[in-house]
Amino acid sequence: MSTTRYQSRHAMGRRVIGQALVAHDGLSARYDLNRLQGVFSRPAHKLVGQSYVDKILVLDTAKGGVATAWMLHEMRSRNMVPSAIVFNTVNTILAQGAALGDVTMLAGFDVDITAQIPHGAMVEVDPDTFTIRVLDPSEYPAEAPGAPDTRKIHGLL
Amino acid sequence: MRLNDEEQAMLAGEAGSVAKIAIEHQIKVGRFFKAEDFVPVTQAHIMADTESLGQAGVMWLEKLADAGEAGVRIPTITDPRGTDFEKASLLGQADWMLELERRAIEAFTRLGVSMTDTCINYQTVLAATRGEHVAFGDTGVVIYSNSVGGARSNFEGGPSALSAGLTGRTPRYGYHLDSHRQATLRIRTDWTPRTLDDWGALGGIVGRLSNNYWQVPLVEGLETAPTSDELKHFGAAMASFGSTALFHLLGITPEALRLSDVGGDKLAVTHRIGESDVNALKQSYLVDAGIDVVVFSAPQLSIFELRDLARLCEGRNFKRPLLAVTSPQVKPDCDRFGYTKAIEEAGGTVLAGMCFYQSYAREMSEAKGWKRLATNSAKLVNILGGYGYVPMLASMQACVSAAESGELQ
Repeated sequence: MSTTRYQSRHAMGRRVIGQALVAHDGLSARYDLNRLQGVFSRPAHKLVGQSYVDKILVLDTAKGGVATAWMLHEMRSRNMVPSAIVFNTVNTILAQGAALGDVTMLAGFDVDITAQIPHGAMVEVDPDTFTIRVLDPSEYPAEAPGAPDTRKIHGLL
Repeated sequence: MRLNDEEQAMLAGEAGSVAKIAIEHQIKVGRFFKAEDFVPVTQAHIMADTESLGQAGVMWLEKLADAGEAGVRIPTITDPRGTDFEKASLLGQADWMLELERRAIEAFTRLGVSMTDTCINYQTVLAATRGEHVAFGDTGVVIYSNSVGGARSNFEGGPSALSAGLTGRTPRYGYHLDSHRQATLRIRTDWTPRTLDDWGALGGIVGRLSNNYWQVPLVEGLETAPTSDELKHFGAAMASFGSTALFHLLGITPEALRLSDVGGDKLAVTHRIGESDVNALKQSYLVDAGIDVVVFSAPQLSIFELRDLARLCEGRNFKRPLLAVTSPQVKPDCDRFGYTKAIEEAGGTVLAGMCFYQSYAREMSEAKGWKRLATNSAKLVNILGGYGYVPMLASMQACVSAAESGELQ
């Protein structure tokens, strides 16, 4: 069982387990996402072309405008929403959007969290303990994929 | 969070179900940011275009309005809508978009919200003053009000701004606190911009250097005090590129008359910006000479930007659509002073109460075949890449010439 837990200063939502989509880049639902297709769409974004739906986004910072506060709620209504968002630093908008859209969120780490979590890893986000950790394969839930397939979310298949 | 008696009563539902929903949302956000209590606010400004709201957001508003309760407690106004109903066909907008807009407007009106539909309320409605606590949406509004006006606001997304209007308060965290308003990044420029696109580009560079909401850049070295329109483009771009909510200009903005006022004397100059940096940012967007559409928007234009635009349009005959977007407060003056006539006789269009990127920009691109877009707004070029456009940043003069020739020189 993996024991490395990364402690955040801010947390909300419920415990979730899922595959991490990791990049040292920002997030704005307005600027960066094609919300109908459920993919990152801004050409300059490091995750461009990749699906964010039901993924745990591990990113550097919240970017841009205020629209994301509504958009997470709208995305939730269509089941086209990340299951959690984890930031080194968050802005108010993303937190407000997570509160309305019922999206689990952690923010504020003493390390660069995007450098600690491997892209494609299965992780557990637990707001009750303000932590994120990488799961050992023995801990994967039955309904989750047997092993993380990083090639898929890198767009190589 | 500590709640006073009035807030406890709201939470208990004694002020109605709508106030209860609003304060529950605010407490969730306040706890996330470790706010100790609430601070009363005097105004709220709600960003709520229907592209962002979607069906789910409009239904949420309708649910609040259907409760038939008192609505907002303080002056509460709106950011641009998703259309100018009189010009919607020109934009290729579908009927369902307009219907959703009408439903949102109707719900807001029932909640007592004033439909000002503007992102330049500090130029047109009621500028927040130094030390005034407000709950403003639209990043451009917040950064201008915080930095130029000396008011106190966080970025308040639509749900939180509406909640603030309904409760008359907001969690006390972030830029409501003195401790967060000190400079964290000291930047020197050896060049003072002259045109609005240059001011926007400089703001974009500062935003990229700041790169997160909690950084407060202090910029020194400007030779002259910028105008309101120049600060508008500077701040809007900074907020867009960097999620920045507050900046200080040494000797110019009200909280930074001296370095020591904002802790700048404790910071080393870590970045220097010159004209070449501004030109490099602009050049990075100039990738195609051909232009499909010219847009002046984000932020909405002041009456004096429209005056300048009207003068540039005189005697022209545009080959490409030129859209100039302003507020409902400015548009009547634009008409009255003859600026609308001058712009539209050249083939342009003046739109009111909307903003280009908040008006289903992706669908407009597909419906109208608009891809290569010229603008003098650094904020707009930063946003539109994600909507499938090839946005290019140039001066107002160059953009007008591009509308005439079809090419950006």
